[in-house]
Formats: sequence, C-alpha cells, structure tokens
Amino acid sequence: MQNKLDLDRSKVDLSRQMAGHIAERLHSWIGDYTTTTTERAAARLLGIDGVDAAGVPLANVMVDQLQQAGLLDRGLVPWLAKAVVARNQSPQQVAEALEQGDINVSETEECPEEKWREIADDLAQKAAAKIRAVRVEREKKLEEALPPGKPMLYVIVATGNVYEDAIQAKAAGLQGADIVAVIRHTGQSLLDFVPYGPTTEGFGGTYATQENFRIVRKALDEAGEETGRYIRLVNYASGLCMPEISVMGALERLDMMLNDAMYGILFRDINMRRTFIDQHFSRMINAYAGIIINTGEDNYLTTADAFDKGYTVLASQFINEQLALRSGLKEEQMGLGHAFEINPAMEDGLLMEIAQAQLCRELFPRSPLKYMPPTKHVTGNIFKTYLINGMYNLVSVMTGQEIQLLGMLTEAIHTPFISDRYLSIENSKYIFNNARHLGDEVLFAPGGKIQKRASYLLDEACKMLKEIEKIGLESAMEKGMFADIKRSRDGGKGGSGVIKKAAGYYNPFMDLFVNHATLAEGRNS
Amino acid sequence: MSVDFSRVKTYGDTLNDGAMQLSFTLPVPAGDEAREAARQIALKMGLESPAVTEMSDLGAGFTFFVLYGKCSHKVDYSAIKIPKQQQQILNFKEVNTLIKSELGRKIVVVAACTGSDAHTVGIDAIINMKGYMGEYGLERYPEIDAYNLGSQVPNADLLAKAVELNADAILVSQVVTQKNIHLENLTELVELSEAEGQRDKVLLICGGPRISHELAIELGYDAGFGPGTLPNHVASFIAAELIRRKKTGK
Repeated sequence: MQNKLDLDRSKVDLSRQMAGHIAERLHSWIGDYTTTTTERAAARLLGIDGVDAAGVPLANVMVDQLQQAGLLDRGLVPWLAKAVVARNQSPQQVAEALEQGDINVSETEECPEEKWREIADDLAQKAAAKIRAVRVEREKKLEEALPPGKPMLYVIVATGNVYEDAIQAKAAGLQGADIVAVIRHTGQSLLDFVPYGPTTEGFGGTYATQENFRIVRKALDEAGEETGRYIRLVNYASGLCMPEISVMGALERLDMMLNDAMYGILFRDINMRRTFIDQHFSRMINAYAGIIINTGEDNYLTTADAFDKGYTVLASQFINEQLALRSGLKEEQMGLGHAFEINPAMEDGLLMEIAQAQLCRELFPRSPLKYMPPTKHVTGNIFKTYLINGMYNLVSVMTGQEIQLLGMLTEAIHTPFISDRYLSIENSKYIFNNARHLGDEVLFAPGGKIQKRASYLLDEACKMLKEIEKIGLESAMEKGMFADIKRSRDGGKGGSGVIKKAAGYYNPFMDLFVNHATLAEGRNS
Repeated sequence: MSVDFSRVKTYGDTLNDGAMQLSFTLPVPAGDEAREAARQIALKMGLESPAVTEMSDLGAGFTFFVLYGKCSHKVDYSAIKIPKQQQQILNFKEVNTLIKSELGRKIVVVAACTGSDAHTVGIDAIINMKGYMGEYGLERYPEIDAYNLGSQVPNADLLAKAVELNADAILVSQVVTQKNIHLENLTELVELSEAEGQRDKVLLICGGPRISHELAIELGYDAGFGPGTLPNHVASFIAAELIRRKKTGK
C-alpha cells in the first residue's frame, strides 16, 4: 500500500542524506552554546518554581543574576549545586533566598568538584525520574483506554480564559475529539519568560503556564474517564522559551507539543542561533518525556503559494526529521506537518492535494503525520468551507494521515464556537467511517497527474536540499528559501540570550537525555 | 415579481415569505425543554412559526440547534446610504502608469500586523512580491516602495518607521478580533499619529476579515479593506487618493 507513487527511491535516500548533512552542519556549533531559556529549563527541572513580587519567575531571577555576573557561560547547574551544598538548602530555597537578596551570586562558596557534581547529578536523576513517572502514567492510561481511530481528531480551544478552555476542552473530548490543543495567547512567543499561575485573559488564545496545563489536563482526564478514552493535550514549545515549556509539558503530562526547528525564526523573527540551540534541548526533553512533536511546515503554505511551493514543505520535513533524530526523538514521535492549502478554484487541485499527502505518507512511513486544514482560501461562506473541509478529510483518510487538525467552518470568522467544533467532528467522523478503506482500494494511474506531481515535488525538494547543503541552512533562510520570508543571520529577537559555553560548563540533563536517546529503540538515521 | 424596496423581507422561495435559517447553541442539556427554549428564542427574535429541524447534544450540558422560521421584520432598502471608496479599480500596469504620469515619484508604503497579532496572511497577500490570487503584491510594483514589517509590531514602532521612511501610506492588518482587540489597536494608531502630528501627512489604511470601509472611516482611517481584497485594490486607492490630494493641495 505504501508504494503507490512509483517514487525514485534513490532520490528519497539522497534527500534524507543531504538533510542529514544540513543538520550535522548546525550541530557542529549548537553544542558550543547555551541560552538563557536552556538554563532556565535546567532550573525548572531542578524544581525551581514560582515568581517574585513583580511576577518574574524565579528561574529568570536566577539566570538573569548569573548572566549579569558573567557566570552563565558555565551553566546554571554548577552554581546552583554549589549553593545547595554551601547552604544545605533545596534548589527552591536557594532561588527564594536569591530573590530575597540573601545571596550574592558572585560570592558563592567554592566546594570540591566531585562534591557539587554528585549533588547536581543526584538532583538531575530525581528530576528525570519524575518525568519518567509521568511518562509511565501516560502509557498506563493509554493501555487502559480504547485506541483512537485514525486519523486522530485534533481540535483547538482558544477562549483566552483557562477555565473556559477547560469547559470547552472537556466538551470537545466528550464529542469525540482525540486531541485538544489550547491555542496560545498570540503574544506569548515573544515573551522571554513563562507566565505563572492560572490566567483568564489572552487574545487569540490562552497563556501557556504550568498551572493552565494542569487545569486543562484535569478536564481532559475527566472527559477521558467518562468515555473510556484517553484525550491528548497539546501546547506550544515554541517562541523564546522552547525548552522551558517542554519541561512544563513533561511534568504536567502533555502529549504533544508544537515544536518546530525553524518556525520561530521565520514566523516570529526570533534569532536564528537562539532558535537552533533552543529547539535542540527542547526536543531532547520532549523525546525523554515521550511527547510527540508537531512541526510547522503548514505555515509555509499560508505565506507562500501551496501549489508553487509545495516542495519546500518536503525539504523542511526532511530537515526537521534529521534535526529531531539528533535530539533523540524517534520517528514515531515526529508529527511532521503539512497542509491542505491549494486554491480550491484550481482545476484538479484535489489531485494535487492527494499527491502531496500521499507523498508525505510514503516518505515518512513511521511518522504520525500532522495534517492541517484549509485556512488561506476559505471565506465567511461557512457552507462552502464545510464542504472544502470534507474534501480535506477525504484526502486524509485515503492517504493515511494520523493527526488531523479539523477544519472549522467558521475559519476566517472567529475562534471556534463550541458548535463549530462539534460540526467539524461530525464531518470527519462521517467521512473517516464512510471512506475507511478507500486508500486500500485506489491505485494511481502510472504516469498520471498524481504520480507526476509527486515525482515533481520530490525532484524539487531534492534540488532545494542540494542548494541548502551547499550554502547551509542559515544562508538558505537569509535568502528566503522557506515561506518566502527572509531572515538575517544575526537579526531577530532573543539573540542576547545566546551564550558561548566556557570550559567547565555543565548541564547534567544533556547527558541524561542523550543516553536515553541512544538506548531507545527506533531508527536513528 | 416586483419587490418593494422600501419594505424588504428575507426570501426563501416566495416573495415576502420572510424565510430564514439560523443555528446556535444553548447552554442547556438536550431534550424537549431545550427544543422549546430554542423555539422561544426564535420567537423573541421576531421569527414566526419557528421550527427546530435539528437538535444535537454537544455534551457537557450544551445543545446545538438548526432552526427555520419566518422573519416578521422589514427594512427600507431604498433609504440605505453606505460610504464607498469612489475610485476606480485599476490593474497592476495601470496603477504604475498612473503613479508615474500623475504623481511623478515613487509611493512609499509601510505595512504591519500590529499589537499582539501574529497573523500575517492578510498583509502578506497584499504586500509580498507573490501577491494573492494571481495579483502581484505591492513589493512587485515598480512605482511603489513597500516595507512589510511583519507581525506583532507595536503601533509606535510602525509610526516611527513611517516617519523615518517618509511614508505616504501606512497599512495595518488586524486578523485577531477576540474581545474587539482589533478596534483598540486600530484606534491607538490613529491617536498616536494625531498626537505626533502625523495624521495629515500619511494615509492610514486598515484591512482584515472583519474590517469594512465603513468601520475604517468611523475609526478615523482613510480607507478599510475587507475579505477578498486584492493588492491592486489597495494600490488603486493609494494612488488615486495621493493624486487627488496633490491636485487639490490636500
């Protein structure tokens, strides 16, 4: 079933190989740097929580002070472990004392390296055990639950108020959603800290906070228990705090994270180096926590034309895959993204959508592909949009997509009403059931429009990867090769949070999570 | 069939039948009481003989309805006056020719999604080289220098950039409309530009799925563009308005 397109396998292998080289080239320097959010993620892993009187997270307080004192290039963990030894206090107590002004970061007592490393490693082991326990809990719940249908139904809630989100999320779960994402407040990606506590005001979505994660998790578990299913929770490990949000998700049993290697650079104008470093640690955490990542290639097609630039999606998927592997993610954890965005007015546009979707399926056979609905060409005509969403669902079921973000008939009008979500679930359930085995029955005409389109896309992706392999991913992004967006190498937000590591830098989680990755099953190249 | 434009009613298949369909959700559990509640809502809205054709249980105590009825209200269509953009819509080539011949210099346009809005799909469709639906974006116009500042641009930064580039027009896109954030945001730009003495020096134009020309005028903009707008619509307006102002000395 997985060879309907008569693809040139040598081009597939070559593409993967070139993407591997592109990822290697980034990894030749990623390890030489750390970032403020990477260090804050380590602080959070070690149990540092809460905010100061001004609402600044204690993880930020500590990292800011270390950075100002010029100590961050050795990492947060060595300093914190020394303070833990010297004061005989927990990391949280140290953080609170620091916030109170009881500690001067520059005046921490030195102690023998084996002593503080022992403490650091012990604390890190405990943190890792906590994440493993959450992972085991998820696995247990999954085993007990009815398996989801395929594709899984993914809906979003976006009220801005976490308590309202919880109600809507639960209702969506009861209606049959398998996956619920709480859309984030539109401005959060550019905040260089993670807000704290439950939040009730956000535009276009709700702030990602650890407490908000907990509240919606609970609501979805309730809906799961009522229906005998397990409903997956999604948030966004993206923006300026990728690894920190991964930590929060790992602790609060999120199941998926939007976690693209390039999205922040392209669509939020975040500094390139910052993003590449952050995505690596963020993905390591997700890998360890058993979280499925979703990549954001669908976004390319909302800025660039989906028909003309369909191949850029493939090239990016190959790169995202190779980078993800290098952070320890298994293919089964890579929800590579693409979208149904070809102009519906195009003759045979549906065939082109089938070609792209089937191609993704055949190129990434083990990936839980994330398929995104039409948004760019839908209007306020809800009846037409509902029909286009039906076509999208049909393509998905016949090409074996796995994570189906349901299209809303009111896309382009408002964030979904409760009834919009219900109707989208009805639409997909009807089509997924009614056309369940269509894909098994249909073959494509040899040399026909669908096969030709797929082969063209692969050729173009291959050419693009060749060019990127030659010039490097950074230069490719400077030239606007993705999404028609140009980003300069040193520009963008958050560049000042990139720090070259000094000798003696230590972050125990890098080793802990990497060791896990090499032990884990799954193809690694 | 002759329609009395001073007394227009909604239409199903017979003139003045008032037929109308609607759908909505009530925060009550599905059942006979819910169906009656939906019917009563419709009656209060002025729908005669309301009929619930579909009632679906949304779970968690919510119920969805599809309902038909006959609307008793009439409107006077003949008395309606809507402000409209008066200028003619020209194509890519015509706009460029017009600018060259009538204005004799390039037009500078600065554009952004402002505030917390990160949805650039609209502004990209208008500005980016590629354009939308086969119409080139303003970046492609030889007679226009277009700057797309991207998403989440504070109003103050947008205005500062406009001053720096001596812009003729500022284009603002607002997609997120939750709790009317777009209105606050759009109003802020007008107030800022007035406070800085820039309002008369630059065309303020907004666009987005929930924007109309009428709304834009009300907010103090020179023009507003809604769904379906193509780059040449915006370019035609800017060119025509700048030429008009040049000829009339503003």
